[in-house]
Amino acid sequence: MTIFLGYAAGVGKTYKMLEEAQEARRHGRDVVVGYFEPHGRLDTIQKTEGLEMIPRRKLTYRGREFEEMDTAAILARHPEICAVDEFPHTNVPGAERVKRWEDVMVLLESGISVMTTMNVQHLESLNDQVRDITGIRVRETIPDWVVEQADEVVLIDVPPAALLNRLHRGAIYGKEKAQQAMTNFFKESTLGALREIALRQTAHEVDVRQDGASAAGLTRVTDSAERILIHINESPAAAALIRRGKRVADYLQADCFAVTVVPQGGMAALPREDRESIERHLDFARKLRIETRVLQSESPAEAIVQFARENGIVQIFLSKPANRPIGWMRKNDLVMQVVRLADDRQVTVVAERRPVG
Amino acid sequence: MSRQDVQNLLDSADYNEVMGQTVRPTPEQLLKAVEAEERSARRGRLKIFLGYASGVGKSFRMFDEGRRRKIRGQDVIIAATQSVMSPELTQLLRGFEVIPPLDGTDHPAIDVPAVLRRRPQICLIDGLAFENPPGAKNRYRWEDVEELLNAGISVVTSINLQFVKERQAEVEAIRGKKVTESVPEAFIRTADEIEIVDAPPEYCVTRSAEAGSALDPATVERQLSELREIALVLAADVVDHQLEEYLHQQGIQQVYGTHERILVCVTPRSNASVMIHRGRRQADRFHGDLYVLYVQQDHLEPEDQKVIDANLAAAREAHAHVEILDDGDPVGAILRFASEHGITQIFVGHSQQRGWLSRWKANPVERLIMEAKGIDVRVFPHQPPRESSAESSQESNQDSSNDLTRDATHDATPTEPQRT
Repeated sequence: MTIFLGYAAGVGKTYKMLEEAQEARRHGRDVVVGYFEPHGRLDTIQKTEGLEMIPRRKLTYRGREFEEMDTAAILARHPEICAVDEFPHTNVPGAERVKRWEDVMVLLESGISVMTTMNVQHLESLNDQVRDITGIRVRETIPDWVVEQADEVVLIDVPPAALLNRLHRGAIYGKEKAQQAMTNFFKESTLGALREIALRQTAHEVDVRQDGASAAGLTRVTDSAERILIHINESPAAAALIRRGKRVADYLQADCFAVTVVPQGGMAALPREDRESIERHLDFARKLRIETRVLQSESPAEAIVQFARENGIVQIFLSKPANRPIGWMRKNDLVMQVVRLADDRQVTVVAERRPVG
Repeated sequence: MSRQDVQNLLDSADYNEVMGQTVRPTPEQLLKAVEAEERSARRGRLKIFLGYASGVGKSFRMFDEGRRRKIRGQDVIIAATQSVMSPELTQLLRGFEVIPPLDGTDHPAIDVPAVLRRRPQICLIDGLAFENPPGAKNRYRWEDVEELLNAGISVVTSINLQFVKERQAEVEAIRGKKVTESVPEAFIRTADEIEIVDAPPEYCVTRSAEAGSALDPATVERQLSELREIALVLAADVVDHQLEEYLHQQGIQQVYGTHERILVCVTPRSNASVMIHRGRRQADRFHGDLYVLYVQQDHLEPEDQKVIDANLAAAREAHAHVEILDDGDPVGAILRFASEHGITQIFVGHSQQRGWLSRWKANPVERLIMEAKGIDVRVFPHQPPRESSAESSQESNQDSSNDLTRDATHDATPTEPQRT
């Protein structure tokens, strides 16, 4: 699988993918287009000329008609290579699979090579950072382990100014030019930050694949000097903590556990709301392929530290509690308790990042 | 923009809204921005296509951009091409006006006077790193480009990573080949736009001179992959630098945290060698930067001073940015340093203060955790880890020790690697 990675709409991911599909076809490879989103861009539409297109599947949901990739038809056709636009897309309810990336996994399993497109902001582990930069929470995310399945991640790079030019070309500037320029500049800085993330992410993807190549096998060797525990509770901050902890674990090639501590009597002893939140967070961790554990204890701090000692955990990830100046100093604050108890472990207190605007 | 425009802008209610910020730039900052804008208005714009090897398609992308600009009605000419060109490239160059290079040697130099006389809007120059023949006015082609830019002509050019001066040692170590031509990174950073031309290594292996290599393809691909990583990080650094400069100019105090910057705080008691080692590794894995800070303590015992000196030497050896500050308030100094340098993570040793759980006064580590806004704090132990729980935290943990309930959906053991 090859992923063409961009940082915004219009950088030319689809164009590049189709160009590669055309190139493969010229070399006599059996290529089809499994899904293509034209977005009304003529030069991109032209790039499909001569390529075999698998018709989309029509689905009706709540009286409206939707079109999705016809995975079954592609499997029946069984080409050598299939181009699939918009990797992070969520299928309409009623489709066999919830996510397009799940459809792609099915194609890969059947031996079809896939080239696909996505923007860096859809990567799960970057979700909080992207929100901090753009003020927008991206909902359609792809777990990092899915992107890791790609043999190649290719960056489609365009400077933000050129991108904005593309978007504005033909548009007539108003007389409030100075202010409009300011608006553009602001957008440009946001795009610049996203672009930097895309560059660094691609560098990381390249780096990871070198490690894979040198290990001579497919199993990645993890670094036992960096085993990580992520503490999960009912707080909404848990999701950001899971992403951050998992991202660090991935970069350091460390094993990673998500641990929650519930009272004696287990989950059932918790108030319903807390139980549901914790279950949701555990489920989220599992989706990111993090091993989860539920411990029973009346003292969460002690249970966490003990688990860390028994399982060779090197680093414990905790959320910084909301700033409560009075409550903070109390010795029953979990973070301070763990820091005190785990004097033979590393403890990372993850701060909440401040969103823009 | 005139000074009056600046004032209008300052007075406009929309300004803060547009920036999404409550920080308002000072008139001096805005004026500086306007002056920089005016300077860059007189100067031509520089755009650089950066590739990590020959064959990624830099030249094609560059001339294709020239073609598109021509279609949009801009006055584009070519002042330098590569001597060997693919058929696609030859096809692409048709219809362009070319100012031929000065001939007579195997090192063609751009005909700068002719380009200046012709005064195009945009000049395309392939191969930024070329060295001019002896006797030329400028030794390097990038100096010719500088002249054109100063004359108000915009330049679109291309460079291969191996010619970036500051990266040459690294590239040579990977490729085992020496190159003489070079362009200083500082010049590349002056570019208004840098665009990376990315492609998988196998692409270059099949499409370029790399194909003729005596090495086996796997080795070449591995080398190219390392170069690719360097090029991507270089481009990210340039983008980061431009972004910071831009935000600074606009008076926006915003840290995006796109670049991991780790700050290791050392004291005579901290396990500094482990902290620096871990910091270095983490910075490397994240393609980030490492800072090591020591806030001087008064009346240090000679042996403690020795420990600190050794730790700072180790930090320098690990290529950390080392900083020594003199401040009566170490925590305050650390936090100020962190915010000035866009630090994303602070590494600190456990507090040695006994009885610090007293609820009247927070110890330094507590204060750091409390006051570090938007920065992770990683606390390191002073002693090696205890491996078993047998003798630790027994009294109150008896209840939980046997209740480690395994999660039913996962059956991997903790010792198994996570990904197979």
